[in-house]
Amino acid sequence: MIEIRNLTKRYGDFVALNDVSLTAKPGEFVVILGASGAGKSTLLRCINHLAEPSGGEIRVDGEVSRGDRAGLRKVRRDVAMIFQHYNVVPRLSVLKNVLTGRLGSMPAVLSWFQWFPREDIAAARECLRRVEMEHKADVRTDTLSGGQKQRVGIARALAQRPKVILADEPVASLDPKTSRKVLRYLQQASLESGITVICNLHQVDYAREFGQRVIGVAGGRIVFEGGPDELTEEVLQRIYPGGMEDTLPVAAAAVSPPAASAPVASLPVAGHRLDNLALEQT
Amino acid sequence: MISIGRYNLLVAKSSGNDGWWKYVAAFAAAVAVFYWAAIGSQISATELLKGMPWIADFLGRMLPPHWEFMQQLVKPAIETVQIALWGTLLAFILAVPVCFLAARNISPNLVVFHFMRQVLNIARGINEIILALIFVAAVGLGPFPGVLALGLHGAGMLGKFFAESIEDIDQGPIEALRSTGAGPIQIIIFGVLPQVVTSWIAVLLYRFETNLRQATVLGMVGAGGIGFELVGSMKLFQYQDTATCILVIVAMVMAADYISSKLRAWIQQGAR
Repeated sequence: MIEIRNLTKRYGDFVALNDVSLTAKPGEFVVILGASGAGKSTLLRCINHLAEPSGGEIRVDGEVSRGDRAGLRKVRRDVAMIFQHYNVVPRLSVLKNVLTGRLGSMPAVLSWFQWFPREDIAAARECLRRVEMEHKADVRTDTLSGGQKQRVGIARALAQRPKVILADEPVASLDPKTSRKVLRYLQQASLESGITVICNLHQVDYAREFGQRVIGVAGGRIVFEGGPDELTEEVLQRIYPGGMEDTLPVAAAAVSPPAASAPVASLPVAGHRLDNLALEQT
Repeated sequence: MISIGRYNLLVAKSSGNDGWWKYVAAFAAAVAVFYWAAIGSQISATELLKGMPWIADFLGRMLPPHWEFMQQLVKPAIETVQIALWGTLLAFILAVPVCFLAARNISPNLVVFHFMRQVLNIARGINEIILALIFVAAVGLGPFPGVLALGLHGAGMLGKFFAESIEDIDQGPIEALRSTGAGPIQIIIFGVLPQVVTSWIAVLLYRFETNLRQATVLGMVGAGGIGFELVGSMKLFQYQDTATCILVIVAMVMAADYISSKLRAWIQQGAR
């Protein structure tokens, strides 16, 4: 379904992606695992040309995706995206937010007046039903909780009837229970509709739980590719070079499970914690 | 610096005695500038004192206001409101297409962005009265040149406000819409407008209020409205009529002020 060959992305002198190649089959749930700044987001953004690749080739459904007008329209219709910060339009109703998924495939002039084909509206309601949000269809989106907003984000992606869904850290701002729920909706989409899901994550346990295949990215390169059961300590060291936060004090990591210490690492005071550790060692 | 253990007290750098002459120099420079400006603008307390009796005389001639004259002011007052209404609408119509091009995050490219910003700057930079003088020369005396003047100047104002409110919106939804394959106009309608509409309405109401205030003086250069009567009465030395005009203008401006601030508060509340 998706075929990436020798993809490179440079920002000036900085190489964000270095010669990345990967493929994903229809209906496959691929997790991309890596630390912040490893290049996960850039990889997804290159696939639907929110960032223009500097080199290499991306094929969606066998067709080379191009950055020109017609190419953009084609690739963005086939490839939907889900964001960490949901990126739903706050003052539109839930249903209208889902309908924006249809914008790329309908006569533009009608959409200017917010006229949507009846079957598109029915399809949008169906997408809302799939994420169990149909009862909120007419509610303003900014009244929803984070988890609900992300479900609207998934419904919007489904409304595109995409071949591929790219999810960029979809659960990074959600609590564990809501995170699992959101990831399960994504999993369902790939199982029921044969949509390829490429999902960026930084939580190892979600990768183990949901990924059919896991790709580890570090420093803009693919450093691991394999099943979720192959994520050994040695592999994690490769994906998180310099050690994961929770492996730094070895004793502490042994006591607390990684899920418990992950939120600590993402707190803004993480830097201070490191300072303190350094002080204690001296 | 005061330190307790690893903690340092962070306060503004103490000026001490070493920097005092800088403040003296700055103060002296300020005094010099204002003295220079006072000479240029011929500021003189003695002139003001000498003029006091004349001001008192002028005020005396204005009193009591000529209340019957009010009847003749009804039509010009309504005309003033009409000028302000159309001036605001025209400004809005001119500003909307320009503001998207003048917003850094929506504008197709930097050349268009800078060009449109300059266009808005020029429209905003020329005072309404000067624009009205130009339009009076172009289309003749009456309220219409007033509408054109308010429209053009207001377009510069509104365009800048609108563009800035577009620059302040959350970029996330815009990116999401872009990723669905939506075109630029679809992005504006579904991503930009819902996020800016309340602040636009508030600015528009404020603009109407300002336009009404401006429309009361446009008549002085022959561009219609109640200002025309004001200047006319002064030219005829009918100072009691002038006083009536001023009272009506003050009442109109206060009413507009009150209504628009109430409406804005109501809209802002509804936006939450």
